[in-house]
Amino acid sequence: MTESILEVRDLVKYYPVTRGILFKKTIGHVQAVDGVSFDLHKGETLGVVGESGCGKSTLAKVLMHLEHPTSGSVTFNGQDIYKLGASGLRRLRRNIQLVMQDPYTSLNPRMTVGDLIGEPFEIHSDVAPKGSRRQKVQELLEVVGLNPEHINRYPHQFSGGQRQRIGIARALALRPEIIVCDEPVSALDVSIQAQVMNLLETLQNEFGLSYIFIAHDLSVVRHLADRVAVMYLGKIVELGTEDEIYERPTHPYTQALLSAVPVPDPNSRKNKAIIRLTGDVPSPTNPPSGCRFRTRCWKAQEVCAREVPLLEVRSGSDHPSACHFAEKREIMVTREAGELTELPTRTL
Amino acid sequence: MSDPTSGSLVTTPPPEQPGVVGDTAPVGAGLPETKRDQPRGLLGDAWYDLRRKPLFWISAGLIALFVVMAAFPFFFTSGSPNDPVGTGLSRSLEGPSGDAWFGTDILGRDIFARTIYGARASIIVAVAATLGTVLLGASVGVLAGFRGGWVDALLSRIADVFFGIPFVLGAIVILFTFNPEGAGSNEWKIMGLVILALCLLSWPVAMRIMRSSILAAKNADYVVAARALGASNSRIIFKHLIPNCLAPVLVYATILIGAYIGAEATLSFLGVGLQSPVVSWGVMISDSQQYIRVAPYWLLFPSAFLVTAVLSFVMLGEAVREALDPKLR
Amino acid sequence: MSNVYVADQPSAAREGRPSGRLLEVEDLRVEFRTRDGVAKVINGVNYHVDAGETLAVLGESGSGKSVTAQTIMGILDTPPGFVTGGEIRFHGKDMLKMSAEERRRIRGEGIAMVFQDALSALNPVFTVGFQIAEQFRVRRGMSRRDAKIRAAEMLDQVKIPNAKQRVNEYPHQFSGGMRQRVMIAMSLALDPEVLIADEPTTALDVTVQAQIMDLLGELQRERQMGLILITHDLGVVADVADRIAVMYAGRIVEEANVYELYAKPAHPYTIGLLESIPRIDEKGQQLRTIRGLPPSLLKIPSGCPFHPRCPMAQPVCPEKLPPLLQLGPTRASACHFAEELVNRD
Repeated sequence: MTESILEVRDLVKYYPVTRGILFKKTIGHVQAVDGVSFDLHKGETLGVVGESGCGKSTLAKVLMHLEHPTSGSVTFNGQDIYKLGASGLRRLRRNIQLVMQDPYTSLNPRMTVGDLIGEPFEIHSDVAPKGSRRQKVQELLEVVGLNPEHINRYPHQFSGGQRQRIGIARALALRPEIIVCDEPVSALDVSIQAQVMNLLETLQNEFGLSYIFIAHDLSVVRHLADRVAVMYLGKIVELGTEDEIYERPTHPYTQALLSAVPVPDPNSRKNKAIIRLTGDVPSPTNPPSGCRFRTRCWKAQEVCAREVPLLEVRSGSDHPSACHFAEKREIMVTREAGELTELPTRTL
Repeated sequence: MSDPTSGSLVTTPPPEQPGVVGDTAPVGAGLPETKRDQPRGLLGDAWYDLRRKPLFWISAGLIALFVVMAAFPFFFTSGSPNDPVGTGLSRSLEGPSGDAWFGTDILGRDIFARTIYGARASIIVAVAATLGTVLLGASVGVLAGFRGGWVDALLSRIADVFFGIPFVLGAIVILFTFNPEGAGSNEWKIMGLVILALCLLSWPVAMRIMRSSILAAKNADYVVAARALGASNSRIIFKHLIPNCLAPVLVYATILIGAYIGAEATLSFLGVGLQSPVVSWGVMISDSQQYIRVAPYWLLFPSAFLVTAVLSFVMLGEAVREALDPKLR
Repeated sequence: MSNVYVADQPSAAREGRPSGRLLEVEDLRVEFRTRDGVAKVINGVNYHVDAGETLAVLGESGSGKSVTAQTIMGILDTPPGFVTGGEIRFHGKDMLKMSAEERRRIRGEGIAMVFQDALSALNPVFTVGFQIAEQFRVRRGMSRRDAKIRAAEMLDQVKIPNAKQRVNEYPHQFSGGMRQRVMIAMSLALDPEVLIADEPTTALDVTVQAQIMDLLGELQRERQMGLILITHDLGVVADVADRIAVMYAGRIVEEANVYELYAKPAHPYTIGLLESIPRIDEKGQQLRTIRGLPPSLLKIPSGCPFHPRCPMAQPVCPEKLPPLLQLGPTRASACHFAEELVNRD
């Protein structure tokens, strides 16, 4: 296994819930991220999947040091990023970058593409001397597959997919080692999604990037990720390689999640057994005791309410799973992908 | 539905509606390609855009005319604003004629000359008060919105206090305190006081507009993105927040210029603002009120100038706002 | 649970319910007159839906799939939108020629719609019970009390637990999935014959999506409704649709029953779409990309609108608009080379 580039340990982020306007009183905490640990290896893509409200976006913000964690540490290059001073933090920004979900809101509408992609160079002015910036911006545009002559256009003159490319070019400008992608393709149309995913793959190979790829779409994550972490209510419930998660899931939540993903093949209707989850996701302000999934779990026993299941390898599984009763279960049949259809072309 | 013409307080384009404009448009369809290749800043682009708007040229031309009128009234009329046209009151309340184009008032003074000279006071008061109000209000608004927390709470309460003072009452108190009746009425001092009163009593609105747009923009994705790049607070404020939050304040400012020309007239009418011998459109309008039936032209001409001036400022504001919003290009 | 995949003619329809063709759209044309020019949003769309049948209208943003639905419902924004041609027949009667009053009567009772964003489609200041009951009061002349009881029944039908209590709650008190259930209850209140669901699950999580799609399928079977499911999600379509119409640039480019379409798509755009989505059940998949961008509706390419992006474009494509060619009893494709595509092995 390759060396880890980022080590996340027991990361916790609570948001206080306050009442009162002048004299604020804390009446509880939203436990958005609660004890998340994982390693990111060099050159790999770690997928983080979960449904809305599971804390995956908060995780992105805390990893980017846009929010300070309640506790826990993230070690990059042997240094805890939360203990860095201002200059250390600036250096860190060069190495960890962010691509956001919504290409419509993540670009300042009043800046041209040149200004947007050039902004990283202005902030980190020692990276590129002033004269070379324009050229660098044009190179970046080319790298992400945009026309370098469009440097003076505004974001609204581009389509969603093109804007996402601008966002990627911006993240790439400082040649980071890690890019945190927060739902980078979920706002895009199907045919455009594939273009951006292919671009992300190409860039990874070209620049040796490591991705933390946060998404709710399990198919997208399977396509891109080497390893996958499944989150539920602020905790990682299962962590494993792509095969381990998709072919041999052991946590009941992962199993339910996988079974609910619609497969684009009408013939799968016959042999499909969706595991129905009842009820809603509990509030992160007041999560259930013990295992957080127990209120919706069909395997729940008395021990689940009492003891928090640790994320560890158990007898029933070959990878860490946070379930007292972790057990393999095949949810769907994976097959090797075929070739793309050969389209008939005629020469006239 | 999203009508791009109806104020752009929100900077997010609507998520794909039928995809008519915007998102599916092939890039570059029908753009003046060759002229757009030089890098330009926001203001440069705005200027490029403004230059091609007739609305801008008409309003700017009119405003320029008023400004020249205010600065050099003697270029426009050989008459004097305070001396009667004839001898004594011999030509009082005469209709428009060859030597007094707009007629004469009760004291036999040339209304045309007075209207020309009146531009100075009206425009100086309105423009200066608007600038002051917007600068004061917007900076407090930016500070409150960006810092949040107790700073915001404190500044907002202070603004509420000022907002709570009834405008006319507040203005009367300020003007009476600093310029008691009978005190030597220096023209510039009164003007300054009127401006001060207008600013002090109106900044909370500008502050609230700015604060709410900053609050909305502060958590926008592009600000988070800039922060992730390591941008400093001042960069975020000046590069990202202010350009995106300026439009509503700008629109408010254009309305304010008009309102202030009127407010100046109100204060003059109440006897606490500008007074004769200072000439302003407000002073003239209030003087004319008792003679509307006998001499409608006395009211008509200064009012027409006032309305034209207000309209020019509003049109200019509209043109500038459109030019500053790249989405409308 | 979701094992109903048989698309056969619905067996005994409910009493008084006509089986057969409910809604037909023929050569519908809609344009948006904007200040940048005329955008041809819909350029001759034909489709129909029968009782008890699910038609999926598949397309990307800007393909005109939602505008078609809005036109059918009569909620198109006019201006800028204008219907410039075609017919929408409900039980054989052209709705576009009806009076406003007649159309209003059809809305809700004949054809109802479920929107993507349930939160903004529900009025935040009224309880959900009130909003559902309102329809019974206005359209059925029920008393306040009876209407409220009926509203609770409706919530119960869409499987909202504790319907009797929740009827008095406000939309923001419901979770996303529950809100969509309320939305469905509301659109089904007047027992419509056709239900148009515009991206009903796009805003929801997968586990909730599965619940909602099940519910829709179940209610449809019970009531023998015709369901028009508008979506971009090829996975959902494969699970629930009987027939599929694929739209591109305001036209239907391919129509087929669901098995045929997935087994052997007969239009290069459909092929591109199917191969550009990552599949959860495949390993080592290559993604096909459709080059370029969807066209601007202000300037639709000549001939076949897909030709600039099509990998098999020929000189004829920019010149001639391919008609929607019938290829079999249930399928049609608007490609000059559709027959070759169907006959490939």
